[in-house]
Amino acid sequence: MKVLQVIDQAFRTTVEEQDDTILWLTRSMRGAGGDLQVLLSGHGVHYAVLSQRQPPLELGNWKQSQPAELLRDLTDLTESGVPIFVVREDLEERGLANLPLQAGVELVSQTGLVDLYQQADQIWQW
Amino acid sequence: MNNPKTLTFAFMDPPFESERTVTFFRLLDAALERGASLRVFAYEGAVALAFARQSPHGNAVHGRDAAEEDHPLTREWIRALQEKAAAKTLSFEWINCGLCVDERGVNEVIDGCGRGGPPDLWRYASDAFNTLTIGTR
Repeated sequence: MKVLQVIDQAFRTTVEEQDDTILWLTRSMRGAGGDLQVLLSGHGVHYAVLSQRQPPLELGNWKQSQPAELLRDLTDLTESGVPIFVVREDLEERGLANLPLQAGVELVSQTGLVDLYQQADQIWQW
Repeated sequence: MNNPKTLTFAFMDPPFESERTVTFFRLLDAALERGASLRVFAYEGAVALAFARQSPHGNAVHGRDAAEEDHPLTREWIRALQEKAAAKTLSFEWINCGLCVDERGVNEVIDGCGRGGPPDLWRYASDAFNTLTIGTR
């Protein structure tokens, strides 16, 4: 079974969880043998053009030591065999289309989504 | 009479679900930094922020054990803000909605956090310079 994970929200609990929970879930299921793909759409397209690690949170004397490393997490996903796609028009709408894409991330057009959805057995919209 | 240096916050979001939670804590930290005493009324899922049994865990996907992962816990954030307030001789009060606590079974809270109800929010708001409510979505 092939599952397409659709992530359309960015930076959801990335401070508290120190990762994106759906990227994490995908990586963990991939480790268990899952056949998975990731589609970044909506605000999720920000992940495709990240250039730095999230800064650590500081509250009073408490300082975060392991802030999220989404760049690493995306790289780990693609290197583990999980294709990552990003919607071109959603990048353009947000003024992100001219920024360099993360290595391994593939552009897909809105019309191309039809084929992407059809080749998957299930679509999990997060 | 309203205290010009006291702010009240009412918050509804639980830990580990929304970036509003982090923003809420950053607002508290910033308010203390500016010399405001704080009163917090935690409502619905927010009552779990002070749950004493929150535990850090390792993360195999990150390749880190529990100590290395150093997982954030909101009960520790509350503690850090309590300590910051004390160092600045400011007050920092926290009341959980008791019925919300019972619904969720998160009765054990860290020191300095109490149990109450809507009348406490009204009392907090009546005495504060202003009140910010941050509802869940």
